[in-house]
Amino acid sequence: MTINKSFEEINEKIRKGTAVVVTAEEVIEIAAAEGLNSAAKKIDVVTTGTFGIMCSSGAFLNFGHTTPKMRMSNITLNDVPAYAGLAAVDCYIGATELKINDSCNQNGPGKFRYGGAHVIEDLVAGKKVTLKAKSYGTDCYPLRELEKDFTLSEMRDAFLFSPRNAYQNYNAGTNTTDKTIYTYMGILKPNMGNINYSSAGQLSPLLNDPYYRTIGIGTRIFLGGGVGYVAWPGTQHAPAEARNERGIPTGGAGTIAAIGNLANMNTEFLRGVSIIGYGTSLAIGIGIPIPILDEEMLYYTTVKDEDIQAPIVDYGTAYPNAEPGNLGYASYAELKSGEVTINGKKIKTAPLSSYSKAKQVAETLKQWIKDGEFELGQPTQTLPSVKDRRGLK
Amino acid sequence: MSIKKRLVLHFSADIVDKPMVFTLVKKYNLVPNILQAEINPEKEGYLVMELEGDKDDVALGLGWLESCGVELSELGERIIWNEEICTHCGACTGICPTEALSMARSEMKVSFNSEKCIACRMCLAACSFGAVQVNF
Ligand code: SF4
Ligand code: SF4
Repeated sequence: MTINKSFEEINEKIRKGTAVVVTAEEVIEIAAAEGLNSAAKKIDVVTTGTFGIMCSSGAFLNFGHTTPKMRMSNITLNDVPAYAGLAAVDCYIGATELKINDSCNQNGPGKFRYGGAHVIEDLVAGKKVTLKAKSYGTDCYPLRELEKDFTLSEMRDAFLFSPRNAYQNYNAGTNTTDKTIYTYMGILKPNMGNINYSSAGQLSPLLNDPYYRTIGIGTRIFLGGGVGYVAWPGTQHAPAEARNERGIPTGGAGTIAAIGNLANMNTEFLRGVSIIGYGTSLAIGIGIPIPILDEEMLYYTTVKDEDIQAPIVDYGTAYPNAEPGNLGYASYAELKSGEVTINGKKIKTAPLSSYSKAKQVAETLKQWIKDGEFELGQPTQTLPSVKDRRGLK
Repeated sequence: MSIKKRLVLHFSADIVDKPMVFTLVKKYNLVPNILQAEINPEKEGYLVMELEGDKDDVALGLGWLESCGVELSELGERIIWNEEICTHCGACTGICPTEALSMARSEMKVSFNSEKCIACRMCLAACSFGAVQVNF
């Protein structure tokens, strides 16, 4: 029997409390036991999750007007510069912006203890953040200098707006040089001493809808512990990336731009990080619900760690020099085992993103939907994709 | 009076070529017993050693090591893993040389076994979340 469900039908079930919701981990066993068709009939939504360092993140803040008024042209928050080239009291604080006078990598790999990501975490934690602003003064905005403490609730508006989050797949990093290197993929020991990877694999949002059939502008998502939305395809969104026979990209591929109110988030799922030798960044929990519109969607959500391959990239030479190619591929099942064999050499692997937290994201989202608190957002336009889909025959 | 000390020696590339163990034996009459060592090709590394000898000789030997730029910490120094802050990402488990920090593969959760820890501090560098600290 062909299955055809609409977003509206599924939302109606969510409102009635009769929707069947499972996580991207649970669906694998259900489909194996019952078959694709019957599982697709039964299951309405599959929830996904990821928790990791998301490269391109930040937040828009509005402080509300001062008396007298001010057109802030130079802003720091806890001594971290924010971009003030917007309107009078708006700014954008980026996750990787560093505290002024950070010694960076001048004395060996830097510690980068505090940056924009930590400002965002402090705000979400309800802590006070010190705003220092300067202005050249205008007739309509005379105030030239301001120093004031703000908590999140004292701000007029504050929303996370990340240009690129939730990378569909990603490189695993290693290092072929004879020196230890300090990268955004972590500490990489010499002579391929270790491999670091960063994806939730089978739980990861965009790997469960590899062609973005159900994800696009307006998709409602779990973002940092609160509710957010897909705002746009993320920067560097690349649907034409090479794919395997299941349609799973074997490199970065899809991304989303994500937006959501900071007030609803919590530090359990939003954390500033200090990456030695690299800088600061923001770790965020993101979960996307996948509606099971038909058997094909169910099929895609049954993707397993062994079906997903990550390219092993040399961050010692190839990556910094922008040389294409890689040292081979490893599946997430292999990467998660803690050891991968390359050319007969056993190499220790470690994740940079938290699988247990990814699971927590998927479980939380599942509960929200079951409780009728979270309905699916039908995208007004799905993310750019490719014409021909591989997968279900 | 003869004493025994268990130490972790951290050193950088420029001092690795000094004959450390030789000098401790010959010049300071100490008996070093190396328990564990890791020196990478960039020649930064650490040695875990037990040092036995006369109390004054041990003090002099350690003074000499420090003057060479070796960072010393007693093995008694404790690493604290703060589970509240830990996100169980696992980044530390690829770097910890003794598997004191390790990952239970079924749950993908990290745990810390302080008995295996040699206080080499590698996890302090590897953890981006600030979940490990040294207790002096
Ligand atoms: S690197 Fe830090 S946050 Fe990650 S598992 Fe280890 S201690 Fe926990
Ligand atoms: S200090 Fe950290 S890395 Fe070193 S042995 Fe102890 S737990 Fe492992």
